[in-house]
Amino acid sequence: MFAVEVEKLTKIYGKGETAVTAIADATFQVSPGELVAILGPSGSGKTTLLTSIGLINEPTRGRVVIDGAAVADDGWLPGLDLKRLRREKLGFIFQAHNLIPFLTALENVMVALEINSLSRSAARGRAVELLTALNLGHRLYNYPSSLSGGEAQRVAIARALANRPKVILADEPTAALDTENGKNVMSLLKRLAVENRSAILVVTHDHRMVEGFDRIFHVSDGRIAGEKNNLEEVAQRHELG
Amino acid sequence: MNLAIRDIGYHRGRFILTSIGLGLLLGVVMSMGGIYRGLFADALAVLDATKADIWVVQQDTNGPFAESSRIPEDIRYRIAAVPGVAQASPLSFQTIQIERMGKPFRFFLIGFDLNGFGGPPAIVAGRGIRQKHYEMVVGRGMNMALGEKIHLGLHDYTVVGITGKIVSSGGDPAAYVSLADAQEIQFKKDNDAIRNDRERTGARVAGMHTLSPPQARLLQGDISGITESTHTVNAVVTKLAPGADLGEVKQRIGRWNHFRAISGEEQTKILTKGMIEKARMQLGLFRVILLVISAVIIALIVYTSTLDKIRTIATLKLIGAQNRVIVGMILQQSLLMGGIAYGIGYVLILLTYEKFPRRIVLEPGDLQGLFVVVIAICTISSFVGIRKALRVEPAEALGG
Repeated sequence: MFAVEVEKLTKIYGKGETAVTAIADATFQVSPGELVAILGPSGSGKTTLLTSIGLINEPTRGRVVIDGAAVADDGWLPGLDLKRLRREKLGFIFQAHNLIPFLTALENVMVALEINSLSRSAARGRAVELLTALNLGHRLYNYPSSLSGGEAQRVAIARALANRPKVILADEPTAALDTENGKNVMSLLKRLAVENRSAILVVTHDHRMVEGFDRIFHVSDGRIAGEKNNLEEVAQRHELG
Repeated sequence: MNLAIRDIGYHRGRFILTSIGLGLLLGVVMSMGGIYRGLFADALAVLDATKADIWVVQQDTNGPFAESSRIPEDIRYRIAAVPGVAQASPLSFQTIQIERMGKPFRFFLIGFDLNGFGGPPAIVAGRGIRQKHYEMVVGRGMNMALGEKIHLGLHDYTVVGITGKIVSSGGDPAAYVSLADAQEIQFKKDNDAIRNDRERTGARVAGMHTLSPPQARLLQGDISGITESTHTVNAVVTKLAPGADLGEVKQRIGRWNHFRAISGEEQTKILTKGMIEKARMQLGLFRVILLVISAVIIALIVYTSTLDKIRTIATLKLIGAQNRVIVGMILQQSLLMGGIAYGIGYVLILLTYEKFPRRIVLEPGDLQGLFVVVIAICTISSFVGIRKALRVEPAEALGG
């Protein structure tokens, strides 16, 4: 079963003469544990693609299936609890870390768990475990304002992983970081994809950051213009994992 | 995890300052309510202290507080003889402004019959007036000490006792002297004035060897003015005998004695409805305006605070937070701010209300009512922020 299935996904903004097609007929599948990059210049439609998969932006046409459950078929399927699906199946990492400024690193991770009805003690245990695993054990009680860019992004990654999502969607996660920290974050995502068997879709415009990704989609003018596979490498990595 | 408390804790400086500002505003609202109640208490202070059933005043007047009323002192005997009257006692009222310690000093002087009633309600220090002359009992609001002397009219008066906080309907502190002293202070002219009057009268008749009857009548009037009797009072207060009919006694006094008899209840109405009605309405209106201002301020604070958190709210929505989490955060902050501001206002007014120049009466009912209003304002005001928050799209969390 695929973690993400997208079939002829189309998103059109506006109507009539002013209509703009942001994504046209995108079709692909992403397996659990697969690391996929969506590359493209600014305005090419890559973030629209990500938000449509992320249950934020309603697709105009096409079908989206997350972890085996259809969510969109020419628009959202009726009776769908998008918030619950986002809580349970998806994890988000943003360009800016988007940590809640008045919560500590620990609380920023805990909040995602408590929203998902986890008890406080269980949420705390899981958050400590995640942050420690991401080498932030010494920064549990620091507010985002006192964390470095790399540390804050790692807290954001911990938050995205908190509910063990099937799919992690990352929108330019390295844009606010220097090259070294950016590469570290990408390495971390690669490791997590394997360890957690989560499909990770990363939107970026920086070619240097996608080294070692399983697949790379090139998006141009709303269409997936090309795809590069590293299947052998993927198989090898998964065998090792 | 309570996001509202976490946010407040992180921005505690801003929250405390905002709450203090709002607390000061609510303190003013509370004081307005207190002044509003105080107006009643002040207006009725002398009336309540006198404990009279009927106030006998000059015919066709609403005296002695709302209008000028002058009646002869000896009328008390005729009033006392009316069937159903147990006791009648004359009272004199006057407002006096003198210089004391280089500042204007204004007070309300009540003259009462030492053998009658209508004197100071309770002596809290010293004693009551025992001598017919030159002793006085002052209200606490006069801020005078026992043994202190004050010069009124032609004589010095010594403070022998201090009574509770009794004031005139205008809020001036009250003092008591004997009726004889009050009349002397009010009506008796000093030597210079008498000398001037004599000179003026002398000048008018200078060179006249004989006077015509009209001239003689005029001269008689002038001479009477110089030696005017001081035996005038502003009201005679009465207490009814047990079982006496108030209406009947009033009617008798009005019909046969040609005075107006006002019951205690009517006097209360004259004072509250007539004398302080406008001030009361103005205070009430001012209070409502202040509450509206508070509501607008709370709404603005909640709204701007929500605007500050747009990205946080979008992030929460994106990670799947239910609306109740976001609504709860805004509503709890608003209610907490209102509650703390109310507490600050309450403590402030509690610490300062006795220092106000006018009486502040804090009624528990009023304070509880205001608390409910503040909570309602906070709830309604937070709707502005909640509406904004619920319209935030999760997509706003994306991008730089």
